[in-house]
Amino acid sequence: MLSVGCLIIGCGNRQRGDDGAGVLAAERLGTLGIEAKTCLGEASELMEAWSGADEVILIDAVATGAAAGTVHVWNARLPMARGRSSSSTHGMGVAEAIALARTLDRLPAHLRVYGIEGKRFEVGTEVSPEVMRAVEEVVRRIANEIAQGQESSSAR
Amino acid sequence: MTASGGRTIKVDTLARVEGEGALYIKMKGERVTDVKLKIYEPPRLFEAFLRGRHLSEAPDITARICGICPIAYQMSAVHAIERALGIRIDPAVRLLRRLFYCGEWIESHALHVYMLHAPDFLGYQDVIEMAKDHRAVVEKALRLKKIGNSIVHLLGGREIHPISAAVGGFHKVPTKHQLHALVDDLQWGLEASLETVRWTSTLQFPDFEQDYEFVALRHPDEYPFNEGRLVSNRGLDIDAAEYEDRFVELQVKHSNALHSVIRGRGSYLVGPLARFNLNFDKLPEVAQKAAMEAGLKPPVKNLFRSITVRAVELVFAFAEALRVIATYEPPAAPRVTVPDRAGVGQAITEAPRGILYHRYAVDEKGLIVTAKIIPPTSQNQRRIEDDLREYAPQLAAWPLEEATWKCEQAVRCYDPCISCATHFLKVEIDRE
Repeated sequence: MLSVGCLIIGCGNRQRGDDGAGVLAAERLGTLGIEAKTCLGEASELMEAWSGADEVILIDAVATGAAAGTVHVWNARLPMARGRSSSSTHGMGVAEAIALARTLDRLPAHLRVYGIEGKRFEVGTEVSPEVMRAVEEVVRRIANEIAQGQESSSAR
Repeated sequence: MTASGGRTIKVDTLARVEGEGALYIKMKGERVTDVKLKIYEPPRLFEAFLRGRHLSEAPDITARICGICPIAYQMSAVHAIERALGIRIDPAVRLLRRLFYCGEWIESHALHVYMLHAPDFLGYQDVIEMAKDHRAVVEKALRLKKIGNSIVHLLGGREIHPISAAVGGFHKVPTKHQLHALVDDLQWGLEASLETVRWTSTLQFPDFEQDYEFVALRHPDEYPFNEGRLVSNRGLDIDAAEYEDRFVELQVKHSNALHSVIRGRGSYLVGPLARFNLNFDKLPEVAQKAAMEAGLKPPVKNLFRSITVRAVELVFAFAEALRVIATYEPPAAPRVTVPDRAGVGQAITEAPRGILYHRYAVDEKGLIVTAKIIPPTSQNQRRIEDDLREYAPQLAAWPLEEATWKCEQAVRCYDPCISCATHFLKVEIDRE
């Protein structure tokens, strides 16, 4: 169940096939009247985006080796696996944002990550059908949670 | 001994793309026998996207090439198209464009200096490790970057993929009051940047000087952003329209990106070091003084010292932003009328990591017939390989993993925009 006023952020790059999953999900949520920000996923940009928010949902494409379209859910308040981010020469991503925010005490009190397993990330490629289905699933789950949250707050 | 593979860089669970950039170095004893930097370059794809689109769409389409430097793409696009159409912009708009670029340089340089480059010099795996011991430093970096964001947000309409830049001006311009609201933060940023120059100058730099051909814009009155002739320390002095006569792009088997070289000469260096060396006299006094006190005197030939040069450019960007705001009077109109007419125009502007060339041909309906985009990293690509050919032998006695790490650091000096998205550089040293 999500509280009313929960911040939703979809990360990714629409130009890179399945990498756009988070952004697509945010846009789909927007068509349902649920406000969601989009963001490329650069670490400082993300920390800025969730600054002041108490409850945050992040949606991002991931590559863990699971089947394309698999939906992972992580509680980012718990320690998460992180690779060697310094191998990136030019930017830092979502995992680094979470790790850095933890060090700097800038993590929201509640931060959940929906990771949608992608399979193609090349520039100019289309989103794969498996990822499109997963985007719909994530949107449905979030919309349901928000509906529950609204019912619960209006019942109070 | 053959030690292939070096260190494997793992894709972590939330990484988006692995292996877009790869560096391969083959060594025989102390001799480097092969260096290959493989990068994928999205601008090629965008050149095709642009064909048939109306010229007014070019700033928005090209802004999407890069999440870190969208303004550079917008600025090269609008200037090239304005030249194609023979449009002159309002002087107030010209000033606002300089301020817009200040915002992008601040964002990009603050990110690179503190979050990506400093950990290399301080011996940390990354900024997350560094933040545990240097929390105040990282907090400062985030505040600096945020000030850059606020400039971009005000002028661009939003921070990522700004939408306000237009051929002929801006869709909307800020009021004096809105700009003045930035002043306190900018003054803090100027002081913080001066501290950054001092702080980076105390780092230990490898002894590695190269005889570069530095290439940058040069303007008679100002440190370059949007205008100027393209010059080098070896006598190059051309207009943007002559760029393709003097520079040539070569296809190489190992990379999707084309390698740019100066016709008849070879590799060259673009970016902060080139700008600084060719335009030191155009820096404001506060930045010149900070550079001199940090021991930077042009020509600086050690690429590792680019971290301090970026800090000097941060000082410049804050000082310039304050200057623009102090003199700003809103233009009579946010943009001039843009006619649909046929023409060809070229422009070069200074992206944070070096010169960005755009050329457009448009038809009488204002539709783009051809577009050409040459980003700074593809121009530096050949130079990065040349540097590693010289640098890797110095590391012959180092254990493989450390040597690999050192080579990554060398590449990081260029702040390469390998695929204009989040990405990884996979380094492999093959020793025989």
